[in-house]
Amino acid sequence: MALLEIQDLHASVDGHEILKGVNLTVNAGEVHSIMGPNGSGKSTLAAVLARRDAYQVTSGRILFNGKDLLEMDPEEAACEGVFLAFQYPVEIPGIGNAYFLRSAMNAIRKYHGEDELDAMDFLPLYKERMKLLEMDEKLMNRSVNEGFSGGEKKRNEILQLSMLEPKLAILDETDSGLDIDALRIVAQGVNAMRSPDRAFLVITHYQRLLDYITPDFVHVLVDGKIERSGGPELALELEEKGYGRAEAAEQQALPA
Amino acid sequence: MKTAAKAMGNERTMATETGQLSNYFEAYEEVRAQGLEREPVWLQQLREDGWARFSAKGFPSTHDEDWRFTNLAALAKTPFRRAAKGEFAVSPAQLEAYRVAGAACQLVFVNGHFAPELSDLGNLPEGLLVCSLARAIDCGREGCAPEGIEQHLGRYADMSRDVFTALNTALWEDGAYLRIRRGVTLEQPIHLLYVSAGADAQITTHPRTLVIAEDASQAAIVEDYVSLGNEAAFSNAVTELAVGQNAVISHFLVERENLASFNVSTLRIEQSRSANVDSHSILLGGGLVRNNVHPVLNGEGAECLINGLFVGAGRQHSASGQHGASGQHIDNYMLVEHARPHCNSRQFYNGILADHARGVFHGRIVVHKDAQKTDAKQTNRNLLLSDNARIDTKPQLEIYADDVKCTHGATIGQIDETQLFYLRARGIAEADARNLLLYAFAAECLDRMKDSAAREFAEKLIRERLQELASAVQAAASNTTEEETQNWEEVG
Repeated sequence: MALLEIQDLHASVDGHEILKGVNLTVNAGEVHSIMGPNGSGKSTLAAVLARRDAYQVTSGRILFNGKDLLEMDPEEAACEGVFLAFQYPVEIPGIGNAYFLRSAMNAIRKYHGEDELDAMDFLPLYKERMKLLEMDEKLMNRSVNEGFSGGEKKRNEILQLSMLEPKLAILDETDSGLDIDALRIVAQGVNAMRSPDRAFLVITHYQRLLDYITPDFVHVLVDGKIERSGGPELALELEEKGYGRAEAAEQQALPA
Repeated sequence: MKTAAKAMGNERTMATETGQLSNYFEAYEEVRAQGLEREPVWLQQLREDGWARFSAKGFPSTHDEDWRFTNLAALAKTPFRRAAKGEFAVSPAQLEAYRVAGAACQLVFVNGHFAPELSDLGNLPEGLLVCSLARAIDCGREGCAPEGIEQHLGRYADMSRDVFTALNTALWEDGAYLRIRRGVTLEQPIHLLYVSAGADAQITTHPRTLVIAEDASQAAIVEDYVSLGNEAAFSNAVTELAVGQNAVISHFLVERENLASFNVSTLRIEQSRSANVDSHSILLGGGLVRNNVHPVLNGEGAECLINGLFVGAGRQHSASGQHGASGQHIDNYMLVEHARPHCNSRQFYNGILADHARGVFHGRIVVHKDAQKTDAKQTNRNLLLSDNARIDTKPQLEIYADDVKCTHGATIGQIDETQLFYLRARGIAEADARNLLLYAFAAECLDRMKDSAAREFAEKLIRERLQELASAVQAAASNTTEEETQNWEEVG
């Protein structure tokens, strides 16, 4: 059974259809990259998978681990093992970073009938993971993402990923805005998480990230549909030639 | 036509006012009669002045600028009465839930009367005088007077401006009297518990608290209003807090009465040179609440922090429906007076209003002409959790000095949906996520309290209240969704 099975997915935002029939199958252990021009629906796909309710699914279905993902609330999807690394991580003043993450871990543990972690169990692990991501320990007690630099925010997403150990990790343009050092650290963090039980959906506009995280499959999303699929070589080709036809079509569609 | 209507209107107002006042007049006659036997002349005079002031003005209307957003009609027409001492029995077990862990002592007043059998005065720290104000005055008659009552009581709270203070001055029967000796530091808070317990009766009380903090003393005082039943009560409290030079005092007001209750509380703070006072108002209960905080910075270098959190929700469920179909109404009236140079005041009030609740923040700063180098700041932030919740926020600066720094600001917002989604996307259930966000907002107020048993107590109360609120908001949200879906189907 595939870990994720998306069948003919149509989704709209504010009445505008963004996804127009997406089909995708992801097995555990695989890394899929979704590339495409701006506005092609990449982030919408990520948001639908994370069950953001501003996005309405008008038809199609998504099976996650054999269960109907579209029936799930965001928190349920998260507890079932879906993780979205946000393109724009949200700042939450007043909630401590460590406290937030421990609450999340415990919510997921509770869902699976496991005992909650106390601070003593949690902190050593948390500190160790922060160190791997070369994060300043001071960020631990700061409010979630508040006053973090762009790179710190993205690393904080990967830190959460490494602590929550999801079955499916969706990285929504995690590379955008990162300098090369930060990119390398983030990619290392992701690579350390690769395992036969875990799949990745790496959404990116640029090929750059894929130099560090080698995908098994690359899909090109254009105008709400997957236009092409291939191996890692497809990413290189896109880098060279651009999204070509799709972008040209978009430009033609614009009124002169 | 117009004139006739107006005349009729006036007549009606007159009639109601006579009705209102007669109830309080009876109470005044009783209290005065008791006082004739046992109270010193100055106190009898004070009561008389209070009554004269109240009876001349009656309850304010919304035409009064200071009461523009708060309608007292329901309060005025409810026939409240005094409770006799011991009329309603309260057992220690009933108060178990209302203790403050780690308090130095607890004074309990039931319906305005001191209840020594319910109080805990064991092991009082050295340098702290704690007793019932009425007893202290009785002692005065016998010549073993704790000094200072006459010099302080009624000297600060402003009867001419505020009729509730006048009414309290006329009718108070008891309250706490605290004196913290020069240079004494109290580690643990003093808990003053004012209990309304009227069974089916609608009881009014006028608790009067006097705190004298001598020079360089340090203490925290928790003034706590609770009700044991569901009946409507009217607590009209006045606290005078006289703070000596270099003294450091934290005052906590906790309002957690039932939703049928009326609570007007007035805290008047008099600060001497370099006195440092924190006032924390934690307003979680009550149907109609008016919270007056009035510090006067009357010595150079004095500093005050006026910090507050008010949380309102609900429609009124009082059995007799006095407050109509509205939710909690919480009106905060701040009057910060800078009377001397180089004083510093900070006001921070956060409001969370759900359902049909209504909040008011009136932040008045007066800088007198000698108060150069004043630094005054005021911030009011509000979260509205429903379309029916409402906040009126009004800054008012009156500056008669020319070298001062005064700033004010107010914000009104909702729970941030992107924050809510972020938390949920990490596995945190919606109600818990809402609760976390509400708590984060409320925590701004907690963060301004010094670490102490009083802060822990406040934190616990706020957590419990917000948990309740988050669940209620969640339930309301899911009801709305269902309704909307149904409507949609019908339309479709």
